[in-house]
Amino acid sequence: MNAWDIIFTTEFAFMVFRVTTPILFTALGAMVSRRAGIMNISLEGMMLVGALFGVIGSTYTQSVLAGVACAVASSLALSLIFAYFVLKLRSDLILTGIALNLMASGGTVFLLSVLCGDKGVSTSMNSLVVPSVDIPVIKDIPVLGEIISGHNLLTYGALLSVAVVYLLINKSPMGLRIRSVGENPDAAESVGISVIRTRFTALIITGILSGLGGAFMSMGYVSWFARDMAAGRGYIALAAQNLGNATPLGTCLASFLFGVADALSSSLQVLSVPAEFIQMIPYVTTVIGLVIYAARRKRQTAKKSAAL
Amino acid sequence: MAGSYILEMRGITKVYSNGFVANKDVNLAVREGEIHALVGENGAGKSTLMKVLFGVESHEEGDILLHGKPVKIDGPISAIDMGIGMVHQHFMLVPSLTVAENIVLGREPRKSGVLVDMEKAIADTAALCGKYNLKVDPAARVRDLPVGMKQKVEILKALYRQAKVLILDEPTAVLTPQETEELFVELKRMKEAGHTVIFISHKLNEVKELCDRVTVLRLGRTVGTADLAGLTEREISRMMVGRDVILKIEKSPAKPGPEVLRVRDLNLNAGDGRPILRNVNFSVRMGEILGVAGVEGNGQRELSELITGLLPFARGEIAIDGSPIRGKSIRQIRDLGVSHISEDRMTYGVADRATVSENVISDRFGKPEYCTRGFLRAKEIKKLTSQLVEEFHIKCDDASAPVKTLSGGNMQKVVAAREFSLGPRLSIVNQPTRGIDVGATEFVRNKIVELRDAGTAVLLISADLNEILELSDSLIVMHNGEVAAYLPDSSQVTETELGEYMLGIRRQGDEEIRRVCHGR
Repeated sequence: MNAWDIIFTTEFAFMVFRVTTPILFTALGAMVSRRAGIMNISLEGMMLVGALFGVIGSTYTQSVLAGVACAVASSLALSLIFAYFVLKLRSDLILTGIALNLMASGGTVFLLSVLCGDKGVSTSMNSLVVPSVDIPVIKDIPVLGEIISGHNLLTYGALLSVAVVYLLINKSPMGLRIRSVGENPDAAESVGISVIRTRFTALIITGILSGLGGAFMSMGYVSWFARDMAAGRGYIALAAQNLGNATPLGTCLASFLFGVADALSSSLQVLSVPAEFIQMIPYVTTVIGLVIYAARRKRQTAKKSAAL
Repeated sequence: MAGSYILEMRGITKVYSNGFVANKDVNLAVREGEIHALVGENGAGKSTLMKVLFGVESHEEGDILLHGKPVKIDGPISAIDMGIGMVHQHFMLVPSLTVAENIVLGREPRKSGVLVDMEKAIADTAALCGKYNLKVDPAARVRDLPVGMKQKVEILKALYRQAKVLILDEPTAVLTPQETEELFVELKRMKEAGHTVIFISHKLNEVKELCDRVTVLRLGRTVGTADLAGLTEREISRMMVGRDVILKIEKSPAKPGPEVLRVRDLNLNAGDGRPILRNVNFSVRMGEILGVAGVEGNGQRELSELITGLLPFARGEIAIDGSPIRGKSIRQIRDLGVSHISEDRMTYGVADRATVSENVISDRFGKPEYCTRGFLRAKEIKKLTSQLVEEFHIKCDDASAPVKTLSGGNMQKVVAAREFSLGPRLSIVNQPTRGIDVGATEFVRNKIVELRDAGTAVLLISADLNEILELSDSLIVMHNGEVAAYLPDSSQVTETELGEYMLGIRRQGDEEIRRVCHGR
């Protein structure tokens, strides 16, 4: 089988949307944090916690909505812990993020083993998934219908979030304040904007978005929780917002780029290339993405200083 | 007349936590609708006073009265609410936002309750611009604006918040002459519209041109308030510049030898294209102390950083004993025999967590006396350290104590011990006694004279007039990035004369200044 035969199929395109969903949610969350001036590396832990609590919530309530709500609430709780440490206690951003990620990684496995006696996957739990929906009319269009119809509700939610985050950041007073706090906290403070309160708000938004990303992992992408199932998507999301220049649309496009890489790593495993090599693709893409971003940035600064 | 004061500050005393008294019993009374100048040298306490007024700093004693009633200002927000607006020297703007967004920030007009009403923000901004005739495009991004425009945005920000009293902290420091002229027209228009302006500056010609009355601060105290109408620039300068205690330094006349440092046609521009140094020429000879006087921010800092290699090279030539330093690393420049006491002690002077011993060997630990086969020779280092601790009277429990446990004066002695003990050819000494006690000050000054007598060429940069006049053999005055005067015999210079050169009231002819190059 040829690689091109795999890529140029509607199935592949459909898959890109599916695997982009968690990255997109979380990348938008990362973007909101970043605009408030916070490099938030605890996204990985937030996703993971969200994924587990989505499973737990939906198992015990047998309600999809309650499951998603649990996912969001748990991720939000972690985000608030992060905010409290970083903003109130002024601990180091990166160290706090690492600590929370490690805590999330170990804590989710612990909870999992307590609840279903398995330290690997939650398949013994009767958790639910978020339903997929067909879009009327569009689903009957050939090719296009096959690609964009029939997705999980959360996938559409992620696309919708792009617009919501755009309005929030670019058009709302809160967005204006978030941007000012991220860029020049002194200026914001001088006109009476509380830097800490604004950053708290931004981290709440981040918590909600990464919780949705986590919920999709265990309630859409697959129908169970597995240990460390975020698999670096939190960090990839951080790279995506960076590559997307911390704009909603840019972040969305960059997320899709990483989605394509992720989809490739799944689809190309049928080829005779070693699976481990293929699995590297999303991460190599991340590195390349960051290099391109840095190079472009350097050139821009060079141009700017040459103009003077 | 007390009734017509819109703002009064009475008996303000501000002591910083390190014990520094920035304001001592300062009085300021501003009449409604006037432009009131607040002048004084660097460190005279102008900025502190304004920080107190704006609620950024608390004060220990004194009252602030607004319209005759005592008020308590506990932060910028309450200051703004009382109608006091501040245009900071470092702009408080968000570069990626538009002019209108910056102006409405924190008080955004809304539409349908959730989104910012951008049309209204732009319309309000345009209306405000029209009212005060400030020409700014409300939709432009702040990062694309020149400095003068940014300042207008800051003024508009204050006006949008209904400021009646507008404080401008050295507003012309960053402006071109054309922009300055424009600003003055605008400020006068604001005055006509009933606003009160407090204008902080040390450019006397500007104060004279723009302001109605002036309050002079010196060394944290009020010297006086006067109507500008009957005052000459010369008289203001005499109020501003004055010597207090005179510490006598014993020194014999200098016996200058051949030229060591040569600076020719040195030019430097800031990142935004503003000139910082323009055609600077001078020489420093063996065994002489050349003082550089001037109000801070006239290029002195950059000059010392260029000579020592801390700043990348600009246009012109700098040579030490005839070898140009262009393209040389800091290490290579130091190897030519250059030592440096930086004005920024905590950044360039010492590593505050390292020990006294580590600090004094930091420029020579690689030399064979102190290092063999990649290992430091503890015994030799200890010997050197105890010798220097004794010679420079460094008061510390132990040479292995971190430098940050020392007082400022002893820290500076650590720096001097390192910089003076290698017998430098040239020493760049920038604000050597700033913020240190009298004993250490005298000690460091005497060491500088000793150094000179041993044949080192010394370039002394200081904002302390007393120090400049006492210590240097001859001196140059920097104004606006240029050498404004060369005074070959410091002992013949009066502070009045110096003040006039420093404040740009007088300037020597090029021929006269050129004498500092000593015939070359």
